Amino acid sequence: MNRIEGRDKVTGRARYAYEYPADDVAYAYPVQSPVARGTITSFDALGALAMPGVIAVLSSAEPPELGPDASPELALFQGREVAYHGQIVAAIVAETLEAARAAEKELRISYQAEPHDVRLRPDHPGLYAPDHVNPNFPTDTEQGDVTAGLAAAAFSVDATYTTPAMHNNPMEPHAAMAVWDSAGALTIYDSTQGPSADRDTIAQALGLPPERVRVVSPHVGGGFGSKGTTRPHAIVAALAARAAGRPVKVALTRQQMFDVTGYRTPTIQRLRLGADGDGRLTALVHDVVEQSSTLVEFAEQTATPSRVMYAAPALRTTHRLVRLDVPTPSWMRAPGECPGMFALESAIDELAIAAGLDPVELRIRNEPGTEPESGLPFSSRNLVGCLHEGARRFGWEHRDPRPGIRREGRWLIGTGVAASTYPARRRPSQATATVHNGGFVVRIAAADIGTGARTALTRIAAQALDTSADRVRVELGDSALPAASLAGGSMGTSSWGSAVVKACEAMRKDGQTGHADTTEDVNADGGFARHAFGAQFVEVRVDPLTGEVRVPRLLGVFAVGRVIDETLARSQLIGGMTMGLGMALMEETVMDEGSGSFLNHDLAQYHIAACADVQDIDAAWISEEDAHLNPMGAKGIGEIGIVGTAAAVANAVYHATGRRVRDLPITPAKLLD
Amino acid sequence: MRPFEYARARDTGDAVARFRAGTMYLGGGTNLVDLMRLGVAEPDYLVDVSRLGADQIEPSGDGLLIGAAVRNSDLAAHPLVREGYPMLARAVLAGASGQVRNMATVGGNLLQRTRCSYFQDVSKPCNKRQPGSGCPAISGDHHSLAILGHSAGLNEAAQCVATHPSDMAVALAALDALVHITGPDGSRVVVMPGLHRLPGDEPDRDTVLRPGDLITAVELPPPLPGRSTYRKVRERASFAFALVSLAAALDVNGDGTVRGCRLALGGVAHVPWRAARAERTLTGAPATAEEFTRAADAELAEAEPLPRNGYKVTLARNLIVATLQELLP
Repeated sequence: MNRIEGRDKVTGRARYAYEYPADDVAYAYPVQSPVARGTITSFDALGALAMPGVIAVLSSAEPPELGPDASPELALFQGREVAYHGQIVAAIVAETLEAARAAEKELRISYQAEPHDVRLRPDHPGLYAPDHVNPNFPTDTEQGDVTAGLAAAAFSVDATYTTPAMHNNPMEPHAAMAVWDSAGALTIYDSTQGPSADRDTIAQALGLPPERVRVVSPHVGGGFGSKGTTRPHAIVAALAARAAGRPVKVALTRQQMFDVTGYRTPTIQRLRLGADGDGRLTALVHDVVEQSSTLVEFAEQTATPSRVMYAAPALRTTHRLVRLDVPTPSWMRAPGECPGMFALESAIDELAIAAGLDPVELRIRNEPGTEPESGLPFSSRNLVGCLHEGARRFGWEHRDPRPGIRREGRWLIGTGVAASTYPARRRPSQATATVHNGGFVVRIAAADIGTGARTALTRIAAQALDTSADRVRVELGDSALPAASLAGGSMGTSSWGSAVVKACEAMRKDGQTGHADTTEDVNADGGFARHAFGAQFVEVRVDPLTGEVRVPRLLGVFAVGRVIDETLARSQLIGGMTMGLGMALMEETVMDEGSGSFLNHDLAQYHIAACADVQDIDAAWISEEDAHLNPMGAKGIGEIGIVGTAAAVANAVYHATGRRVRDLPITPAKLLD
Repeated sequence: MRPFEYARARDTGDAVARFRAGTMYLGGGTNLVDLMRLGVAEPDYLVDVSRLGADQIEPSGDGLLIGAAVRNSDLAAHPLVREGYPMLARAVLAGASGQVRNMATVGGNLLQRTRCSYFQDVSKPCNKRQPGSGCPAISGDHHSLAILGHSAGLNEAAQCVATHPSDMAVALAALDALVHITGPDGSRVVVMPGLHRLPGDEPDRDTVLRPGDLITAVELPPPLPGRSTYRKVRERASFAFALVSLAAALDVNGDGTVRGCRLALGGVAHVPWRAARAERTLTGAPATAEEFTRAADAELAEAEPLPRNGYKVTLARNLIVATLQELLP
């Protein structure tokens, strides 16, 4: 089955948020702070308002009315304090985007700049333990006697790994069009990963009841987490449309996206592992240092994979956060697992080398019987199966562990392995199913952010109805549809699919229509630890004279429950692995300490993997039955592909060269040091 | 973007006659239009010189005459270029992406501006963009910037550590290519790498061009004897500027000594850096790894790396030695 909206997308008929037509539409351009910390001392919009085509200027000079509970990142133009470079301090509304941008030069804003602090460091005096880490995990955990476990170890690793700030860069920029009707109700065409939550957040920010707001988003050009929470462009559009009395469009520039759509926090992670003479862990300690803004506390759950992966009689994980004068970090594909598994899986490789064991074997020896942190049984866990199948397909068996000894021409060759993991959760959602014109219509406020959710849900519904997919139409991407959870946390298909199946079953009973709400089902999800697992195998070539690293082979084998659509699954997994390859070798947002701003804020400077970087890449999955997940027996696949890739690459670079790079990305500069 | 006027010139004379203060010539626009969007370039008047008929590649004596409006992709694909100047074809193909090369012209490629992050961001000081405002790259992020010929040692109002981004220009520098220029005072020829200049105390000036000057063609001398190539090192496999690149040609005598060599480095300086000292060291010397290393060290003795780009010295040395070894017969 082809992607349902594929033809619409390739022919340009699929409409994205910015493309909706509206009569008499105006355009707003957000104006950003050039200082990283300080106060606006004066504001003069007269010159800008006198520019041709300018309709209005929004700013804290005349704070627009908002709701009392607007989140600090969305409470626009309410105060004069500046919390970070690039914070939105004004918006110019004009007849055209060009007129709005041209007027920026005539806007006079004076600032009292104050010294800023934008550098994450492990000895920062402002480090503290947050109350919890994203979304609601404990900040610290400890079980067993870590000190004794480390002291008793025959082999040990004590190393610090660092990952830089990284940015999601969906192809479609964050964009919205806001339209108020004469009764004061708002329709927002938004680029969002969840129309229900977006509606609620926008309504809260504006102080409106949710039923007065409608979010429309049938097509979304990627998000990766950056569209999972409402972003200020939507509030700018709503406020500008209210001020102008006309529909208003806002699209962030690529550069603006680096400041106001979230990013992956840089991390500093210390891993301490101890193992006995057989390579079995005696202790595992994972200590994380990371940052948030002064506006909002976002504490990434970086150490959480260490609570899941390996059997260790003594296990400690900690997170410490410092609030800097920086933009607020947020979700980027596999927050927590992605940076955390770079550190853990690099350290496991180092332990295998110290213990003289094959890294696949070391992982197998440390396979836990139950989830290490909770003691709960796994609903299913097939990491070992993935390691075996991956090793077989990759040809791992005859690997010589000695580093730096394989050469082809100018290239040193190495191979590496790392594990992947990601939680398999679901959230409450609602759906309806109705008989319609000899077929069936399924309605749910799900989001298709390019994943193929519309297609996957159509297949799920068709199976539940025991009919063919062409008789089912799925309507999604609209908050007027039955409320649903986000496309996030790899929970979309599991959450929405549960509601769709239930609605279809209800319709079959009713004969005409069925409605489902999975709140009770989801609340009853206990008793098991639910996670997907995988293993990634990488071959790298490193030119030791230039430091160039190329990846001729990348294989991922995953255990993700039942795969609903093989084409879409492969595309999700390969997409994640490709993003992981970019994380390993090139992705890094540079913080310019002098100005306190992200420096390389466009795609010419912030490098993601190009086609030429991706050579032989393959994703496969092993058969996995799991009756404790959801009616489909499926685990989410949006994020696990990026988890472990960077460690596998780093481990292969070590195998090729004998050089261990613990600081991402692995650039020529680091290999030539 | 600021409003501007646009005109398409009929011929070279018309283009030059139209030039006034605030005018910029427009070729493929692959860099200039970006800079206008960023507010870095703010011309009042764009004179389009992409359709003056200077889009041919023709034999000229034993060399080649390349019109300034020839697209990069056409230059790299031309049989006479591929046959006689593989270094140039490879350099052009190492740059940008297929789509950009289809638009970018030879003249525009030579005149593209540095991709230094600070230069491209009008919210930041930059002596090149705004003379006298300072150079935050020196204390900030300069990992991709210059190690040779920069002006970090000068006073704050003159400092500049920018690099020239072109790959093509590096090959042209190694080839002694001639740049044909027509300006308000007539026509002249400049030998590469002499088109570009070191920052000195005027980092806002990239080249020796004077107001109104228009590049009309690039002339290649006869093909070099021996073997030649272009190597480019970057962390991404395509569509990235060079950390360091090298255009190299090597001609070896029957007795194993170097008859002639050409070496030019990219990504290391404000200009495509002709490694003349290395060439002199090597000419007449045995074509061995030891001599290649000695030549590279001679060239890089004058490198002045900044705190975070010292790796480029190692990289340039390794690249010179490894590439010359590859070129041995």
